[in-house]
Amino acid sequence: MPEAADKISVTVDGKEVKADPGELIIEVAERAGAFVPRFCYHPRMKPVGMCRMCLVEVSSPRGPSLQPACFVSVADGMEISTESESVQKAQSGVLEYLLLNHPLDCPVCDKGGECPLQDQTLAYGPGESRQVEEKRHFAKPIPISTLVELDRERCIQCARCTRFANEIAGEALIDFFGRGEDTEVAIFPGKPFDSYFAGNTVQICPVGALTATPYRFKARPWDLEQVESTCTLCSVGCRVAVQSSANEVVRHLGIDIDSVNHSWLCDKGRFGYLAMRSETRLLEPSLRESGELVEVSWSDALEKAAALISEAKLAHGPQAIGFLGGARLTNESAYAWAKVAKAVVATDNTDAQLGDGIPAELVLSLPRATIGDACRAKKVIVIGEDLKEIAPVLFLRLRPLIAEGKIDLVEFSTHETSLSNLAKASIPLVPGELGTRVRALIDSIKGTKDAGEGIGIDIQEIKNATQTLGSLENNPDLVVIYSNSSAIENTEDLKAGILALEESFKNAKFMPVLKRSNIFGALDMGLSPNLLPGRVTFGAAKEYYKKQWGSVPEKSGMGTLEMLHAAAESKIKVLVLLGCDPIADFPDAKLAKEALSKVDSVIFVDSLANTSLDYADIVLAASMDSEREGSFTNLEGRISRISKKVSASGSSWPDWAIAIELADALGDDLGFGSLDDIAKEIARLAPAYQGLRSTLSLNSEVDEGILLPVKATKVELKRKQGDPMVHLGLISVEHQGAPLKSGASNEPGVYSDEKQQQDIGSTISLISKSDIKSDTTSKPETAASGAKSLRLVVTRKLFDRGTHVDSSLFFRDLVPEQEVRIHPETASSLGISSGEKVSISGETCKVSGQVILDNRVDQSGVVLIWNVSEEDVRSLVSNSEKSAHWVEVES
Amino acid sequence: MAVTTFDPIVSRRLRIPNSHTLEVYLANGGYVGLRKALSMNPEDVAAEVMTASLLGRGGAGFPAGRKWAMLKNDLVKYLVINGDESEPATFKDHELVEKDPHQIIEGTIIAAYALGVTQAFIFCRGEFALGFERLQSALNEAYEYGALGRDIFGSGFSLDMVIHPGAGAYICGEETALLESLEGKRGYPRIKPPFFPAVIGLYGKPTVVNNMETVSNLPWIVLNGGAAFAALGEGSSAGTRLFALSGHVNRPGWYEIEMAKTTFKDLIEHPELGGGIRKGRSLKAFIPGGVSAPWFGPNEMDMPLSQDAVAQAGSMLGSGSVVVMDETTCPVRAAWRITKFFSRESCGQCTPCREGSGWIERTMRRIEFGAGRMEDIDLVLDACDNISPGLSWPPKQTTICVLGPSIPSSVNSAITMFRDDFISHIKDGKCNYA
Repeated sequence: MPEAADKISVTVDGKEVKADPGELIIEVAERAGAFVPRFCYHPRMKPVGMCRMCLVEVSSPRGPSLQPACFVSVADGMEISTESESVQKAQSGVLEYLLLNHPLDCPVCDKGGECPLQDQTLAYGPGESRQVEEKRHFAKPIPISTLVELDRERCIQCARCTRFANEIAGEALIDFFGRGEDTEVAIFPGKPFDSYFAGNTVQICPVGALTATPYRFKARPWDLEQVESTCTLCSVGCRVAVQSSANEVVRHLGIDIDSVNHSWLCDKGRFGYLAMRSETRLLEPSLRESGELVEVSWSDALEKAAALISEAKLAHGPQAIGFLGGARLTNESAYAWAKVAKAVVATDNTDAQLGDGIPAELVLSLPRATIGDACRAKKVIVIGEDLKEIAPVLFLRLRPLIAEGKIDLVEFSTHETSLSNLAKASIPLVPGELGTRVRALIDSIKGTKDAGEGIGIDIQEIKNATQTLGSLENNPDLVVIYSNSSAIENTEDLKAGILALEESFKNAKFMPVLKRSNIFGALDMGLSPNLLPGRVTFGAAKEYYKKQWGSVPEKSGMGTLEMLHAAAESKIKVLVLLGCDPIADFPDAKLAKEALSKVDSVIFVDSLANTSLDYADIVLAASMDSEREGSFTNLEGRISRISKKVSASGSSWPDWAIAIELADALGDDLGFGSLDDIAKEIARLAPAYQGLRSTLSLNSEVDEGILLPVKATKVELKRKQGDPMVHLGLISVEHQGAPLKSGASNEPGVYSDEKQQQDIGSTISLISKSDIKSDTTSKPETAASGAKSLRLVVTRKLFDRGTHVDSSLFFRDLVPEQEVRIHPETASSLGISSGEKVSISGETCKVSGQVILDNRVDQSGVVLIWNVSEEDVRSLVSNSEKSAHWVEVES
Repeated sequence: MAVTTFDPIVSRRLRIPNSHTLEVYLANGGYVGLRKALSMNPEDVAAEVMTASLLGRGGAGFPAGRKWAMLKNDLVKYLVINGDESEPATFKDHELVEKDPHQIIEGTIIAAYALGVTQAFIFCRGEFALGFERLQSALNEAYEYGALGRDIFGSGFSLDMVIHPGAGAYICGEETALLESLEGKRGYPRIKPPFFPAVIGLYGKPTVVNNMETVSNLPWIVLNGGAAFAALGEGSSAGTRLFALSGHVNRPGWYEIEMAKTTFKDLIEHPELGGGIRKGRSLKAFIPGGVSAPWFGPNEMDMPLSQDAVAQAGSMLGSGSVVVMDETTCPVRAAWRITKFFSRESCGQCTPCREGSGWIERTMRRIEFGAGRMEDIDLVLDACDNISPGLSWPPKQTTICVLGPSIPSSVNSAITMFRDDFISHIKDGKCNYA
């Protein structure tokens, strides 16, 4: 905060206010309690002063004049009137003008009832129009994308949507066409508004010009009920308002949270609720009887599941049971299931990652960056996947800053990403080469070697990166965002690269990006071999948890790959699938299929059917988001609330309840009987979560969430005044819980029973860098195998044929065709050209796709997309233990 | 007041056959001014222009020398010549670009030299098909002649010049919209601040935007000195100026006239100028400076063509086009037609201009065609007031650029001066002039 001396003094409606130089009149006036009506202004975008609704009277040496409050900054001594006669006349005039051509179809408009044009007309506008002529007409509505429809008659040309598309998303797919009265928002001929972020334009449209196809005519705003929740469709954890009508979720809106999503959502998150009503929903527990799944009662299903587990344990020991998945669970459910596995069954065979993630030790032990850290950082290194595809809103936060030059980006990527063209340096990557290339960069910065000497890539990019990063010494402004560059490669190389960066760049912070839902919560809750809840290792916390839980596994267990092997070799007898689909998600589909067929029984705990359901012996139907509650831990380590809005579908139960009842059927007692009990136990026991007041973690007092580890963080309790022009459609504050007194602050880091907290104290150290194991057996593989062969790289898209997307009709259309990215020179040597349909063959199978020439793809590689077509890319992968996979491309 | 005699400045070659060619241009004193300028210090060239008190000829009438002095120093800075003359009844630049394109180019080079600019752009109205073709040929000739490109006439000064055709929008004559258009964007006027392109202009760099006629004066000013220019005219209205006279006069056309020394009456009635109102009819009203200017009546006929005098009387010389309306003119129709133009040409950015212009146009049309209501008169005035609060002069505005407050000028003038005509349209349900 600037010192008081830097403040200037202005008068708003006769009231003196202190302001920072450069602050906009509209912001200062609002602080002074004078709301200035507006349409085009949006605090998350640059002002343009177009709608003229925010005109206020400003003093100047040449007398008072009307100025747009959204565009003009305050100056010392400025006298501002927001309600003088001339201001009122201008406001009334602008509204009368806006309504000249605006159809008064409010009764059939989605926006009616939550419409800023309605509201501000009522407050500032003329009672009626003096126009007698016909209004302007356009054909309407016209679909501009799968999810968005445009009504040009309702449009008031505020340019919020066009600016969002251009300025924030960087996809100028909609713009104004025509001029004057004939100005209309339009898409370019033959180019729909195919943006992952199109839904945001619906949310910020101040009228009903842009409507969301799935929501059209579904509800009236005054019938909506709302809770604040967290989107769980990726690990960013955007804050959402879940709105329902007649016990059915009908809309998600982004909530403006400084630290996470700035009110933006991706379309997958915004419309993901549609899967709740999918025909593939699992509504009842069932058992497989003579090949068919037959609905049964919960007690029958649980009894059967308990019996299978007990038998296997008795006959083959706890090692014969494995738990796969867990990213779909809330923190509380993950904890409950970890306790079932580790305390009740006493096996450490748990893994929330499906062989396509990042080693949990690496994820949990490096100094973690927040999204805010990344946005404030002067330099960011992005390694691996295209952020737009795996963490869309993180991309959305970073992109404008990179485009404006506020962040200098260095990228390591196997192909052209959404950020490549904005990067200061884009270092091409081949899986297996990250470590080498990172070390080459470090050597180049140190000056010990010439840039990129001897690693066989364009040294200019290393030079650019060297220049951008500058020094190794002190880098509090450097954030490294990383993910695995190819879904089918092991992570030894990634680990080597990241550790090299961590050792060399002092004070840099790291952000691991795992795509899947609450994966960070699941890892924190111990759903990973060798981990126990609260970011502690088996070794460090074994005795502690033995004391608290009564029992822990004898030895550390297996990860997904080993479990699937063990299952395929009939060493594992029971696999519990905690909301996961190993057949679709594990890199080696063949192994996954073999494992699921060989294993004696598969217990399937999920909300939606998926490809692994065919192998399920017992189905335990779990509730989905908005039917369940709990907490979520995002990629920053920020805990926020998942809230329940509608009753659970069918007989589905929340996952934690299934865990409690299964433990009960196994003759054990988890020691808790309610969600609140679990939350309290986590706050009491799990070291990184210790001190989290359970009431706090589960209510919405803390807009911004709570950063882990809890004891190291202080959170100010605050509730921002909802800006009706930002929170369009958000139901007013009283529905979201009582507003806090201003200035109220608290330390969530104080557990209510301080003595107890001291008892457990900090005796157990959290997982650290020394816990990262180096796997010397699987070295990154780099050598070429054959002359014609290309190294296969598999990347992800936001919309793939994953369970959630596949369960929504709207999303299925958004899954892209298989693309085959290759370097132009490789293509010409193979005699294939851009746009051509080619086939890619592995040892046993073939897939086909369309060629995209991409200069950033290594000449020895080919980049395909994971899980988008019927033909499975993973059929090209013969053995997932091998790091490198080779394919041939033919026309 | 008599019509003064003087050697014409900008129009001196306009009547010579093939005046647009380099050959004729050189034979008539072409590029002599440039050679002289290049032998001087750039600062001295700028000083002459300051002394000349050359007012901008685009419409706002801001002194060119002062505009130059505001140019922020930067490694990269630009000079842009505004030739997007698109207002109804304005055709002086049209004449200059078709008949004397080399004079524009020479003036631009002199300005660039004085400003230390090495890249200039001429934004020429796209509909000037012949003018644009001639400007392009002249540019090629100038390069070939050595007046453009590297090391001009061996002086060490280099300049590149690009000509760019407008795409049909009147608003691109507004200097910031012109810069946006030149950058390849929609022709939206930029919001202020920044207030002056001289600080943040084309591609974010300091930029001087001068009108075509303004720079056409420069070769003469350099050759004859700023003082000689300032000796013509009177006070701040120095020099001569090209006026476009149109409407109900016997001799419509362009006339170069010494400023402030000639009255509107002279311009309209002098046998060598307007030659009087057609068919001996009497004057109803005239527009002193383009269709965005408030109208004058017979009482203002004796006013000199001086920027200050006209401004004091509540209008402007603007772009230098004088439109004469005789007694047979329907003021409702005239104001409606002007409004229709502005409505079509509003860029659509600001609500009052985008929506207001169309509504005012439709209401005026209704009155003209006999479907008006008595309350429409005050309605139109109030709608105008919401674009230009107070309907005062100089106008206030609720819009980003001055196209907004240009709309009410004619409507307000017509209603104020000829309210009876509006009433008779409404009462009779028809236009009695038709």
